[in-house]
Amino acid sequence: MPSNTIKKILARREAALVILLVVLLIPITIRSPQFISARNISTILNDMAILAIVAIGEFFVILSNGIDLSVGSVVAFTGMACGLINEANQAFGAVPLLFVGMGIGLVMGLFNGVLVAYGKIPPIITTLGTVSIYRGLTFLLSGNQWVTAHELAPSYIAFPRVTFLGISLLLWIAFIVIAIFYYFSRFTRTGREIYAIGGNPTAAKFVGVNESRIRVVVFVISGTLSGLAGALWTARYASAVNEMATGFEMQAVAACVLGGVNFAGGAGAITGVVLGTLFLGVVTNALPVVYLSVFWQTFVQGLIILVALTLNTLSDRRKHTKLLAQRRAS
Amino acid sequence: MREKRELMAKTRLIDESSLKERLITIFTMWEVLLSIIFVFIIIFFSTRTRYFLNWFNLMNATFQFSEKAIMALPMIFIIMCGDIDISIASIIALCAYAVGNAAAGGASIPTLILIALAVGTLAGFFNGFMVTFLEMPAIAVTLATQSIYRGIAIGMLGDQARTTFPKTYGFFGQEFIKGTTIPFEFVLYLVLMVIFGFILHKTTYGRRLYAIGNNAEVARFSGINVKRIRIINFTITGFISGLTAILLTSRVLSVRSNIATGWDMEIITLVVLGGVSITGGKGTVWGVFLGSLLVGYLKFGMGLMKISGTLMTIVIGSLLIIAVLLPRLLDLYKANRKLRKQHEMR
Repeated sequence: MPSNTIKKILARREAALVILLVVLLIPITIRSPQFISARNISTILNDMAILAIVAIGEFFVILSNGIDLSVGSVVAFTGMACGLINEANQAFGAVPLLFVGMGIGLVMGLFNGVLVAYGKIPPIITTLGTVSIYRGLTFLLSGNQWVTAHELAPSYIAFPRVTFLGISLLLWIAFIVIAIFYYFSRFTRTGREIYAIGGNPTAAKFVGVNESRIRVVVFVISGTLSGLAGALWTARYASAVNEMATGFEMQAVAACVLGGVNFAGGAGAITGVVLGTLFLGVVTNALPVVYLSVFWQTFVQGLIILVALTLNTLSDRRKHTKLLAQRRAS
Repeated sequence: MREKRELMAKTRLIDESSLKERLITIFTMWEVLLSIIFVFIIIFFSTRTRYFLNWFNLMNATFQFSEKAIMALPMIFIIMCGDIDISIASIIALCAYAVGNAAAGGASIPTLILIALAVGTLAGFFNGFMVTFLEMPAIAVTLATQSIYRGIAIGMLGDQARTTFPKTYGFFGQEFIKGTTIPFEFVLYLVLMVIFGFILHKTTYGRRLYAIGNNAEVARFSGINVKRIRIINFTITGFISGLTAILLTSRVLSVRSNIATGWDMEIITLVVLGGVSITGGKGTVWGVFLGSLLVGYLKFGMGLMKISGTLMTIVIGSLLIIAVLLPRLLDLYKANRKLRKQHEMR
């Protein structure tokens, strides 16, 4: 019974997002028919691929009733590290760099996770601290310098754009990440334990879930995926800048909240997060179409988060009253 | 009866501890620890550079941290109730934009002050209203409003700056009290500190904050209107953000959309370092005062030693984490000692 209801709720959220996307697309397309051209769609998808990867990491942290504000800084640090390595040794290509990125991200995530799980520091404080620490380390690492396009190996820059079966490698990587973590969140023991810890930590502990381990795992996932995103970021934007991905955590959180992930933990799904990312991508891409300057992007993002939060709460409340009424009737 | 007497004797034994015990109790008090660290910082920098221990320099340095220290005061209330507000830097940016725009349009100083305070209060009230209405963690709501408030400033200003201000507007953030070398900002901070200290430690409102922080549910059942108090906290914070926006714009006389970026983290660091428990219910204004001075002069000293801003950010970020980690360890240590002693009693 409960699994059925959960399924229904999730289906509703995702259906709502799809409907909302279509509703949004109609006026935009009327205004500018090129918007749904194959080229523009592939641009949006490619733009969103990196965000999707980071948002999935953020998803697991929020699912466990935490938050990771440091993802933007992890992206910056790993992106800078990959840029510098590639600059120093051009033979060090894209594929090994992806693994280097993931490795560095893993360590950074582990640091967050250990502080949260064993230092018992609330996630918000831990990551508020590491936002600055990791960003500061990025500046230290680069010596306040940039890595520009001509200092990077052409093969590294070209890597995300290489197409395979008509789809760019960047998108393929995002698909693989989505598939792996879809499976992980639904069909593995650890994945289900994250839901359990987020939903009711006390109950989860009583049935034998190791809370500390789960808290470390979610931050490690978030860090590793942010590291992967960092390596891809430098390649895609053909430069490593100290300020890159500032405020990226905001977009990742927005994608999660839009996708129906509950901020109190324990509820949400990867499919929702992916759709949330897509929705954000369409909105961001549509801003110039409706003659709104890019400067309003931050505002629109904040507004979207707030509206999504309000909707989540209201629908929760309606469900509760319904449940209460049912209980009273029986 | 006899049992009772024995029990009393035992408790007295625990209470009347030896000199060593008492010293340990005093030195593990957070405020005392902070004072000791503060003295160490002063001594350290004084031996490193001769420009540090100089009345004029010490007073001049307060320009760099008074605004953040002022923001830390209302933040105590918010964190005391177990909430958090990471939108304050954005409220400051929004107020600064409103002030800068009005000033460019030729508004007088009283109007500017009114605008800043009104915008800040409204923004703070909106935060409080949404947090209590949505019954969402404050972090989620203020994360959204952080983007909204700064987003308005970015959207309206773009890459432009507002740099025209009335002639005497610079007073609030740049001038000294007449005839002295004490900055107006710092005096204002001290006055506000006394006011906030009075509210927190001497009024029922303050006691209620502690009650909510320790157990919001129990506080609610004992007749405290928890929601209203939380909304008031956020509104006060908005009001003070408006005030800070005046001081900041008056000091730098220029408004860009990225004004006050990164202040959230630093202000929360001041509060937490000052001994306010991040889960609420514990802390003093006095401790936060010490924490603010400590961070302020630490940064001043590092600046004198030509340590880069990047490294300072790393230091402040680490301080935030250490400031939360250390009291935990101290509490653990104290609890262990108490347990061991009770064990010995038996």
